[in-house]
Amino acid sequence: MARHRDIRNMDYEDEYDGYDDIYGHSVDDDYYISPSNRQFIYNRENSRDSRFEHEDDIQEVDEFDELSDTDKAKLNSCIDQVKDTLGHVGVPKSQLVNLILTNKFNVELVINAILENSKSNPAAKDKVQLVPPTLATAKVVASTATATNVVKGFDLPQEVNQQRNAETPQKGLDFSFKFNSGSPRSQSPASGRGTPVSGTSAEGEEPRVGRREAKIDPEIQYRKERGNGKEHLYMVVIGHVDAGKSTLMGRLLCELGQVNKKTMHKYEQDSKKVGKQSFMYAWVLDETGEERNRGITMDVGRFLFETKSKQVTLLDAPGHKDFIPNMISGAAQADVGLLVVDATRGEFETGFDLGGQTREHAFLVRSLGVNQLAVAINKLDTVSWSQDRFEEILQKLKSFLKQAGFKESDVTFVPCSGLTGQNLIKAPTENELLRWYNGPCLIDVIDKFRSPSRPVTKPFRFSINDVFKGTGSGFCVDGRIETGVVNIGDKVLVCPNREQANVKSLSVDESPKTVAFAGDQATITLAGIDMQNVSIGNILCHLQTPVPVSNKFEARIVVFNISLPITKGYSIILHHQSLVEPAVVSKLTSQLNKSTGELQKKHPRFLTKNSSAIVEITVSKLIALEVYSDCKELGRVMLRVGGVTIAAGLITRIIL
Amino acid sequence: MKLIHKEIDKGGQGVVTLIPEEPEDMWHAYNLITEGDAVKSSTIRKVQSESSTGSSTSNRVRTILTITVESIDFDTQACMLRLKGRNIEENQYVKMGAYHTLDLELNRKFTLRKPEWDSVTLERIEMACDPTKSADVASVIMQEGLAYVCLITSSMTLVRAKIDVNIPRKRKGFAQQHEKGLTKFYEQVMQAILRHIDFDVVKCILIASPGFVRDQFFEYMFQMAVKLDNKLLLENKSKFMLVHASSGFKHSLKEVLQDPAVIVKMSDTKAAGEVKALEQFYTTLQCEPAKAFYGKKHIEIANEAQAIEMLLISDKLFRCEDVKLRKEYVHIVDTVRESGGDVRIFSSMHVSGEQLEQLTGIAAILRFPMPELEEDSDDEENS
Repeated sequence: MARHRDIRNMDYEDEYDGYDDIYGHSVDDDYYISPSNRQFIYNRENSRDSRFEHEDDIQEVDEFDELSDTDKAKLNSCIDQVKDTLGHVGVPKSQLVNLILTNKFNVELVINAILENSKSNPAAKDKVQLVPPTLATAKVVASTATATNVVKGFDLPQEVNQQRNAETPQKGLDFSFKFNSGSPRSQSPASGRGTPVSGTSAEGEEPRVGRREAKIDPEIQYRKERGNGKEHLYMVVIGHVDAGKSTLMGRLLCELGQVNKKTMHKYEQDSKKVGKQSFMYAWVLDETGEERNRGITMDVGRFLFETKSKQVTLLDAPGHKDFIPNMISGAAQADVGLLVVDATRGEFETGFDLGGQTREHAFLVRSLGVNQLAVAINKLDTVSWSQDRFEEILQKLKSFLKQAGFKESDVTFVPCSGLTGQNLIKAPTENELLRWYNGPCLIDVIDKFRSPSRPVTKPFRFSINDVFKGTGSGFCVDGRIETGVVNIGDKVLVCPNREQANVKSLSVDESPKTVAFAGDQATITLAGIDMQNVSIGNILCHLQTPVPVSNKFEARIVVFNISLPITKGYSIILHHQSLVEPAVVSKLTSQLNKSTGELQKKHPRFLTKNSSAIVEITVSKLIALEVYSDCKELGRVMLRVGGVTIAAGLITRIIL
Repeated sequence: MKLIHKEIDKGGQGVVTLIPEEPEDMWHAYNLITEGDAVKSSTIRKVQSESSTGSSTSNRVRTILTITVESIDFDTQACMLRLKGRNIEENQYVKMGAYHTLDLELNRKFTLRKPEWDSVTLERIEMACDPTKSADVASVIMQEGLAYVCLITSSMTLVRAKIDVNIPRKRKGFAQQHEKGLTKFYEQVMQAILRHIDFDVVKCILIASPGFVRDQFFEYMFQMAVKLDNKLLLENKSKFMLVHASSGFKHSLKEVLQDPAVIVKMSDTKAAGEVKALEQFYTTLQCEPAKAFYGKKHIEIANEAQAIEMLLISDKLFRCEDVKLRKEYVHIVDTVRESGGDVRIFSSMHVSGEQLEQLTGIAAILRFPMPELEEDSDDEENS
């Protein structure tokens, strides 16, 4: 049953794209069908034919058949003559036949027509081959408009340009759309730029066209799907344990009306019962009993909310040092960060000075590619909104964050209080704060984050950070699409095992989608693979663009503040996306100057703190990874030892 | 191990007869026997005999054979040692030069003849025969979804079971999958403990993990023990010890063995000592890089200057097939001892030994800094 459904949904054009031989085609299908069964059996050959009909050579023959014998003979002699004079004819045979027929077997006219065509429209030549050969030249304009996309569409105006030579290509593009607007199908490629799809035009045709385009140009598809909505942003909340991350975010969500009053009331009552009333807001994000009882976040909590111009997915990372692996997998998915620090006297100092997680977290998120940071200086109510305290913390953090690699312009500081809800979504009401602060409130700062560009045109990469049984058949993997686009029905490869699977369904933020793009936090239901063979940290990619797999690679690392030097043979724990795997620094290739990147020393004996180096790392088993220059997201690694992050690295070379 | 007989002449040539008593003794034997040695032991061999009528029968006979060792296999899991080689003492069943594979057996004596007994091997015999052994310790090192059940003896860390389960994360609305996965995982770990840990032998069981996994597991295990009325577990509850570790991977065992509470309980076992020595080496490397070196070349130069205060060397280096190379290492050990240095021979079966092995297998802390050594290396490697 499943097999039949699959076949019906399959898009053969995509499916066979890139395969020379007919994939998955059994010889048996052709020969061993008993006649009585024939009608019940799905014949692939036939279905292929029917789909490719317009491109098949068969029609060509048909045309010949329509002609009388004498005409046929004339035609053949004409073709021969043309071939003799032009040598190799740069025109498909079918077109040639058409030309001959329209020119009434006049060889000279035909030759002239061909020459003119190739002279005036050299760029179109390539394209002509893409066009189904049976279409007459007169139809080319319309057919390209439907089948090709904007990039190729540049060829299209050229035809128009031939008539109106004065136009620049850019203008020509606009013009061509106007020109084409008569044909309903042609709208689909153009509708990308921010203009909402009108919906009435060619509703039935659109999914198919869209689907085909995805293979050719995902950017168009991306604009079409997401161009008109709010920008999506992933924000990770970090900070030392008990800085009030969950409480701050819980309060923010309450104020925004994302949590209904009834639930909040329940939390209030329940937390009172346990005797931890101050945790009531944190309970919005800490949902499991374990987390609530202990009063700390253990795994990354998620919540979706909206600001004026953005749709923000909140990732509430745990602050406790034992849960940094969880925090890393959360931060690896984030675009921007919110660092929460506790302003209480003594608390900030413990969190910030050596051993506290404030530093480690900031280093980590920076190394994981987060470059915009908001710093919420929390619990300022405990120091009676003292400006001195705010300034003191601000100065300390500023110099530290600069050292960690954040640009000063990308860091914003906001004084606030999570528990009392000051300066979260509204300007503060506290007089003491108003006296010296007139900056933006937290939600405005979040709103001002620039959302990064999504690399939708790159090959599809999806990093798995959870594997679970969903409802219905198959199982689900949860994770982030690092680059590229994925559609329902795509065949994907689960690396490093290189197992094949089908994308059965897709959902982003718990709403089903037919297509998902880079940057999305997606849940993919996989079919055709055993759940045992998929684990956290695996990478999904398309069959055509597999991700490299290796257990050895070279990386440029920046060593943090470590107490013991790194030597050859140092065993570490490697974090790569959600993957956590033991590894060994198998070779120290060279030590680099930290600021300039120049070679300082070849084959150093060891690496001390705050140095930079090129090293070779051997992982205990195969992992899927990419060179940083190819794919930033999959080219980053973290090295940890004994619960401390010792270095962050960029993969420079994969050693196979 | 029991030493029955020892006869070594001035030149170092001689014979030693030993009886292995514990699986760990096989490990010592593995480190003692090198290729080219002669081993005499009782063994079982299938003998084919032809009767006068021409029909042949085969039967198994127990006989004593002496072979020259050609290859050595050690199975770390079963602690079995197999020696393959040619017969050098003819008897009624086996001809001279016939191949035979000896399986050394527990509680059966074997005689080992070496052309040269060096200090390292003699020390090994002494160590193996030392009856005052420190406690055997079992350790469960775990994190969510991953657990190792290990036995730590004085010279080996044996991974008895590795449990690697995929536990779905918590998600809104359905935490049951997570809880179910976790319970299943705990169940598996508990079964592994029951199966692989012999509570009569083991004096202490360490449960190490990051976060709260160990507490949760401990709670679960004893809940189940009460439910199932498992006397074995309940009686030995006091042997369990909960320790912090940063991760569930095997090399976190290092952290566990450094935990002060564990050190007190284990007194001074070899494993803990090795971890400490390696730590010391790394600290020296950080603070005074000119006083800590690794790699054979550096060590040899430092040794010539009699600068080595503590030598860390992996026993794997003594197992090498190249006799000359082995002699060089033995020479280093001897001279360091002569000049009053401390020699630590790491067992390559411990986590610390594994790390040392990655670090070329040999490292040293010096008495005085030798900065010229550092520069030396640069020139050599650059040229």
